[in-house]
Amino acid sequence: MQPVKLKFDFPSDLAQTRAVQQQIMQAVHDHGYADDAIFGIKLSLEEALVNAVKHGNKLDPKKSVHVRAEVGAQQVEITIEDEGPGFDRSKVPDPTADENLTKCSGRGLLLMEAYMTEVEYSNKGRRLRLLKKKN
Amino acid sequence: MSEPIPPISVVSHKNIQIVEFTNNKILDEANIEDIRKTLDSLIDEAERPSLLLDFVTVDHLSSAALGMLINTNNRVKSKNGQLRLANIKPQIMEVFVITKLNKLFKILPTREEALGSFL
Repeated sequence: MQPVKLKFDFPSDLAQTRAVQQQIMQAVHDHGYADDAIFGIKLSLEEALVNAVKHGNKLDPKKSVHVRAEVGAQQVEITIEDEGPGFDRSKVPDPTADENLTKCSGRGLLLMEAYMTEVEYSNKGRRLRLLKKKN
Repeated sequence: MSEPIPPISVVSHKNIQIVEFTNNKILDEANIEDIRKTLDSLIDEAERPSLLLDFVTVDHLSSAALGMLINTNNRVKSKNGQLRLANIKPQIMEVFVITKLNKLFKILPTREEALGSFL
């Protein structure tokens, strides 16, 4: 099966992330990834898209989110870029520290990093690259 | 237009409120907010809430859903109540382990064991 390349550019609206997720996850299903990999990719994509729309672009409809995905037989690579101010990964508190366990937010990055093979931040934290290898 | 489906179903067992989630995905912000509001009103109505969240239907959840569960836990504790989670599928349990929230919540394998664990 040939790799599937997908491209999305959309305004900061959480409702618009649904179609993006559905199309990428359909391609992942079609390429025969295992259930555990599908679970991890779906969760990571959800977290990344919500982060870009809500925390990156701060729901500003004048700003857009740019998503590129390449789904192949051996790996899935997804890049999500927002137009916000960016952030420094090293300054995000550890949500698993005892003093942070009762906080209601701040776990998205941890989950992405746990489930994906590689997570890379660039462009001052505005661009996120998620990579999942099949094996 | 048909009535919207409630985000959770609630049954009472003695003084314990047993909650099941209607949707198998707790991902969507609007859905999570609906669940939060419904759970908040259950907690508000009880003097000392005893709440059992049964995850039997749940296949996916997000960090926003975890935030909603922590909010529920905080509110139950603030009223000296008790919260139990049960029937969590292995993939979802892994999310609790990665985030170390398995240390925060009282999680039991089955609904029966959870019911038996209330003090």
